[in-house]
Amino acid sequence: MVSGSPLRLDLQLIAEMVEPKTRVLDIGCGDGALLKHLALTKDVDGRGIELSPEGVAASVTQGLSVIQGDADTDLTDYPTGAFDYVVLSQTLPAVRRPKAVLLELLRIGKHALVSIPNFGHWRVRWSLMLGGRMPVTPIFAETWHETAIIHPCTIADFEALCRELDLAIVRRVAVRQDGNGSFETADTLVNLFAEQAVFLLGRG
Amino acid sequence: MNESALLGKSRAISPANIVDARAAFDKPLMLDCGVGLSPYTIAYQTYGRLNADRSNAILICHALTMDQYVASPHPITGKPGWWVDGVGPGLTIDTDRYFVICSNVVGGCMGTTGPMDINPKTGKPYGLDFPVITIGDMVRAQAALLDYLGVPDLFCVIGGSMGAMQVLEWAAAFPKRVFTAVAIAGAARHSAQNIAFHEVGRQAIMADPNWMGGAYYAHGTRPTAGLAVARMAAHITYLSEAALHRKFGRNLQDRSRVTFGFDADFQVESYLRHQGSTFVDRFDANSYLYITRALDYFDLAAEHGGVLANAFRGTTTRFCVISFTSDWLYPTRESREVVRALNGVAANVSFVEVETDKGHDAFLLGEPHFEATLAGFIAGAAEHRGLKW
Repeated sequence: MVSGSPLRLDLQLIAEMVEPKTRVLDIGCGDGALLKHLALTKDVDGRGIELSPEGVAASVTQGLSVIQGDADTDLTDYPTGAFDYVVLSQTLPAVRRPKAVLLELLRIGKHALVSIPNFGHWRVRWSLMLGGRMPVTPIFAETWHETAIIHPCTIADFEALCRELDLAIVRRVAVRQDGNGSFETADTLVNLFAEQAVFLLGRG
Repeated sequence: MNESALLGKSRAISPANIVDARAAFDKPLMLDCGVGLSPYTIAYQTYGRLNADRSNAILICHALTMDQYVASPHPITGKPGWWVDGVGPGLTIDTDRYFVICSNVVGGCMGTTGPMDINPKTGKPYGLDFPVITIGDMVRAQAALLDYLGVPDLFCVIGGSMGAMQVLEWAAAFPKRVFTAVAIAGAARHSAQNIAFHEVGRQAIMADPNWMGGAYYAHGTRPTAGLAVARMAAHITYLSEAALHRKFGRNLQDRSRVTFGFDADFQVESYLRHQGSTFVDRFDANSYLYITRALDYFDLAAEHGGVLANAFRGTTTRFCVISFTSDWLYPTRESREVVRALNGVAANVSFVEVETDKGHDAFLLGEPHFEATLAGFIAGAAEHRGLKW
């Protein structure tokens, strides 16, 4: 099994959706935790793109194939259908052109695995409605002036964009994170009670 | 003796694990210019041992003014090998695990056939009768050496600067013989600026009256002044402005004020003059002309219909591309072009830009981030290949 610190919740969920022995591109792969996990547990042929030099160095030092690059500019280099899955974890709200990036994911990959923090969560609404301040919550942990999130969206927003772009939502797992774990939220209340969601997308 | 010196000593490759040899070939080396070079000799060093299934060979490709003395003392200068910190027992390129090969490039002057050697047709040194060589020719000569050594394929081919160009050429020309390719501080072609600096160096050599149209060997002279100037100009391109400033600033050399003359008043002048004058002791001026020409001619995309990605189509090689932030000779954007081309064919590639202010030469200076990344990449690739020692 994988040693070291446990995988971030959304990465665990993503890993569960990946079929073994497939080709995976992880965009914004950080220190390569997901890729390492997938290599060890599912024998995937993994690649990564990461913006921070520290993340790239940490990944390559572990023997992972990761390049220093930018989701906004470097995805166009990849050929169509080169990967079974293209992963974008917690990164979509941080890119300059989310719509273009989302389309690129499903050009390069047969499937996309996207995790997003939910700006529709009640804690976020509460903070704005009553406090009049941008929320700082467990999932939106940084202040408005420090966060890398420039396009916050709700689960409902994201699903609307998928419909607009004619992308098929093959699977959705929305979760609320407690101290001890997570559970899938009931469908009707997802946008209010889920802190984050993972989507398996296909071409429409 | 301090601790690091002791440590250095314990890490030296045991003489029993070093081969310093020459291989002679009668079968002509077919050059890109159309000439068959024959006979020819390749001077090389090897460290460590080839394993039973001959799967642990690493070829190191040297840069313009380097040679095969990677990790053992240079026979002329007596100085330690040029990558002694990275190649040896327990080091990044571990000679206890890998069979490491480095050969002097064709056209060189450390034992491999080059312009200072005897032209069998005339009985005199080649001089400018030596055929113009290319990076591709260097790589074909190395491939011939591997055949001679009984090495079917390479676990890794690695090199910095001109070495990186040979690495890319290797991956393009012999994809089945290269499991991993590590291109450090390189480019897939020479830019106009690169060519311009080389032309300054060549003109300095040719302007030296002792050059004598390249036929100086017969006259017992050498164009040392011209070659030294070429080296001085090139050396500036290997360093960053910040590194030069940090090292020398406007400091004066052994004096408290300028002398209102043309002595080396400034430390940076003294340093460059020293670089120039020591270089000429170990390098042949005509070799400098030929090897710089080979670099200028290098354009991997042009060799593949103008599309760099075509050079790597279908490749199964694992690539690692490394650049340095302050390298203005082969800047990061050149490495990124290589990465883009590799992504374009969905190749397996890692790419790291290492933060350093040491300029192009950072690849020789043991940057810790660089060494760690490289060591990790090699270890990961060894695991993928299932290497056993």
